[in-house]
Amino acid sequence: MDTRLLTIIFFDGMSYAATLFLLSVGLTVVFGVLRILNISHGGIYALGAYMGTWLALWGLDVGLPPAMTYLMLVAGALFIGFTTGPFIERVLLRRIYGSDMHIQLLLTFSILLILDDGMKLIWGMEPMFVSEPYALLGTFSVGGIIYPYYDFALVAVSIMFGAALVWMVRGTSFGKLMVSVINDHEVSLAMGINVNLIYTVAFTVGAVAAALGGAAIAPKIAVVPQFALEVVVLAFAVIAIGGMGSIEGAAVGAIIVSMARALAIHLAPELDLVSIYLIMIIVLAIRPQGLFGEVELRRI
Amino acid sequence: MANNPENSFVLRTKDVFLSFGAVTAADNLNIEVSAGELVGIVGANGSGKTTFLNLITGYLKPEHGSILVMGQETTGMPPRLVTKLGVARSFQVPQLYTNLSVHESMLLSLAAESGKGGGFWKPLHRDPWEQQGMETLERFGLETYADRPVSELPGGGRKLLDIALSFALKPKLLLMDEPTSGVSVENKFQVMDTLVNVLKESDITTIFVEHDMEVVQRYGRRVLAFDNGSVIADGEPEHVLADPEVRTAVLGRV
Amino acid sequence: MSLLAIPRMALVACALLFVIPLIVPGWIMFVLTKALFMFIGVLGVAVLLRGGLLTFGHALFYATGAYTVGFCVKWTGVHELLLLIPLGALAGFIMAVLVGLIMARYREVFFAMLNLAFSMILFGALLKFYWVTGGTDGLATGTATLLGNPLLAGSFGYYYFTLAVAGVVTFVVYRYMASPIGYFLRAVYDNEIRIEYSGMAVRQVVYRTFILAGTLGGVSGVMAAFTIGHIVPEDAFWIQSGEFVFMALLGGFGGLPGPLMGAIAFEFIQTYASKYFPLAWQMTLGIIMLGIILFQPGGLWAMYQSAVKWIGRGGRGGEQS
Repeated sequence: MDTRLLTIIFFDGMSYAATLFLLSVGLTVVFGVLRILNISHGGIYALGAYMGTWLALWGLDVGLPPAMTYLMLVAGALFIGFTTGPFIERVLLRRIYGSDMHIQLLLTFSILLILDDGMKLIWGMEPMFVSEPYALLGTFSVGGIIYPYYDFALVAVSIMFGAALVWMVRGTSFGKLMVSVINDHEVSLAMGINVNLIYTVAFTVGAVAAALGGAAIAPKIAVVPQFALEVVVLAFAVIAIGGMGSIEGAAVGAIIVSMARALAIHLAPELDLVSIYLIMIIVLAIRPQGLFGEVELRRI
Repeated sequence: MANNPENSFVLRTKDVFLSFGAVTAADNLNIEVSAGELVGIVGANGSGKTTFLNLITGYLKPEHGSILVMGQETTGMPPRLVTKLGVARSFQVPQLYTNLSVHESMLLSLAAESGKGGGFWKPLHRDPWEQQGMETLERFGLETYADRPVSELPGGGRKLLDIALSFALKPKLLLMDEPTSGVSVENKFQVMDTLVNVLKESDITTIFVEHDMEVVQRYGRRVLAFDNGSVIADGEPEHVLADPEVRTAVLGRV
Repeated sequence: MSLLAIPRMALVACALLFVIPLIVPGWIMFVLTKALFMFIGVLGVAVLLRGGLLTFGHALFYATGAYTVGFCVKWTGVHELLLLIPLGALAGFIMAVLVGLIMARYREVFFAMLNLAFSMILFGALLKFYWVTGGTDGLATGTATLLGNPLLAGSFGYYYFTLAVAGVVTFVVYRYMASPIGYFLRAVYDNEIRIEYSGMAVRQVVYRTFILAGTLGGVSGVMAAFTIGHIVPEDAFWIQSGEFVFMALLGGFGGLPGPLMGAIAFEFIQTYASKYFPLAWQMTLGIIMLGIILFQPGGLWAMYQSAVKWIGRGGRGGEQS
């Protein structure tokens, strides 16, 4: 294999890893605290992408400078994250804590179904695309291959994002409360920690992360309906490989998955999609708890 | 086989060691139990009693050392295979099928004991299991609850059912984890009387873990006292339980 | 309980399903035909749910059965139901034997999502290998034959044949659930530790049930291929899997009547929803599902049972839970 191809694979892989990390980190945070796999995550992600794109397009329409599209993307995503997050957690999820896992999965699945169709009703079936944020940053070339700076920016954004989340969990007093809720729910309640509030905040953080992830990627792709569920499956693959509930795991999972996919795309294109699931199955077969996950042995 | 000395022991552990971080849960345990014995294990919380049962049954794996059941090496075997060799156990917190009825739970033990689990075509409710199941429930005094959901059993009944489910597997070695915990003070001797009678009739080697000294004194033929993962005394109940070292270890810090 | 005791409920349901087509318009009979083959697939999902195992990828087997028909029609020109149903069942069986090797190790979230991943792989393959599968256009199946005689989807004969297949399948599942394995499956939901400490392999229980469910999915797919007359990659898509789960939840998966009620109700909801809210089909599903989870977790069957209890007629029968 020549170095040129390796360079391409590396750059492709890194930019895709950033994308994957952004779309999966919120899912792992929510699972880590609430122990619920939030399938509606994909819906929130897609909503973030739609709302951000729509706002950016609206901004261009009313004559705002193109640079404002970044702000519009972020604003749209924050709006979605801060509305859907607390609503879903407070109104719906709260009623099924402690239920069987399949009930929790089905509840978040039905939210996804509703969100997915809702977007179709609001924004229609046509793809939506805002190219300004992407084009504004320009391109650079490595070994004759042209790369957009936006991909670079995505990597930077995802690193900052991950660092901010890690800081929130490890460095703040709120994070310490969160960890104690994760470790022992009952004891935390007895100690007077407001577990309900922690759940709401954790879920909202997850939702904001999802929506921001969607908005960040929207300029790279056309936003189309029905990609919400594929997003959850991908995100699940990433966090299952890394270990569910681990932020570092999501980062490592994203890198592994995207490198495998980049290799597949350039060497065996028909294995593009399969490569992701194959990696997941191999990792889980060897280490069912994922790379950064811990085995939980039930006390008997 | 017959001249192999290992065979005279139902259970034998050799230098079995396990630690959880700084806590040594099993400190080079060398324990031998012969056929027909009724052994009580006493010790304070965290002295390694339950860990010992978890090690024998394969739920936990020792860091080093070996475990032999009926002369056969079982170190590293999962609980399912150890059970198949004839080791059954009950649990401190009963492990029951809460959504099935008491009788159905019993039938499942009999189905499991039959070897292949009873298959997927003939019904679970079949002879002779139906009858054997009822007989076993009667021996444990649970027949009145037969058709009730397990979730409706009172605490003592749950404890007995947990043991009855293990007993129905026709084990050679039965391990009971605190058979009287969660049972009211008035009922604990009654529960133990029932158990000891059933076990005596069927000639099953038994090890039971108990924090209640009174129960151990009354029912154990041989007592092992655990402290910090090792055996500090081994012998007849009167001697072991009179030992001041044992008394401080077991009762000194509750 | 005697060995072959068939609950009165099953007889009543059979009688109703036998008589109803004679007195209702043809389109209702067609909807019922669809409900019956869906029911076969839903049974698999419902049985797995009895063990606490939720799958978001059951369409994998449904599509396997459907494409078995597609390929047979395309390459051999065989349309014979009595040949293709066993073949579709076998295809589903083999698929489940292979996939199950991995799936039997997992529970809960992992079980649900890995199943989904497998079905997405098949969906991707069906799209990508278009020279074999027809890609997005799919494959046409033509008219089925029964012992060489054409059997038109929508005819009385076709309906009663589907009813017969559903009857056989129901009996098989009934026996399975009444057998030791069926009870061990319920026990998987309750307490895996006790099962392992009985000397039984939990994995075997899950594996066998998975294979049963996969085989049923295959049969369902065969009937679907002929009833609809056309197969497409969407048969393997997650929305199809979601619909199976929806039907199991809507009817209630505690017994055998639930999945049947769920499948019938689903087909009628779909018929009306596609007429009145064609653009909001998923939303309709989602809202109903949310309602069931929050307000009626036992589904229609539990609703029916409590209604019977409330009226006080004391109707008995059906499978005990």
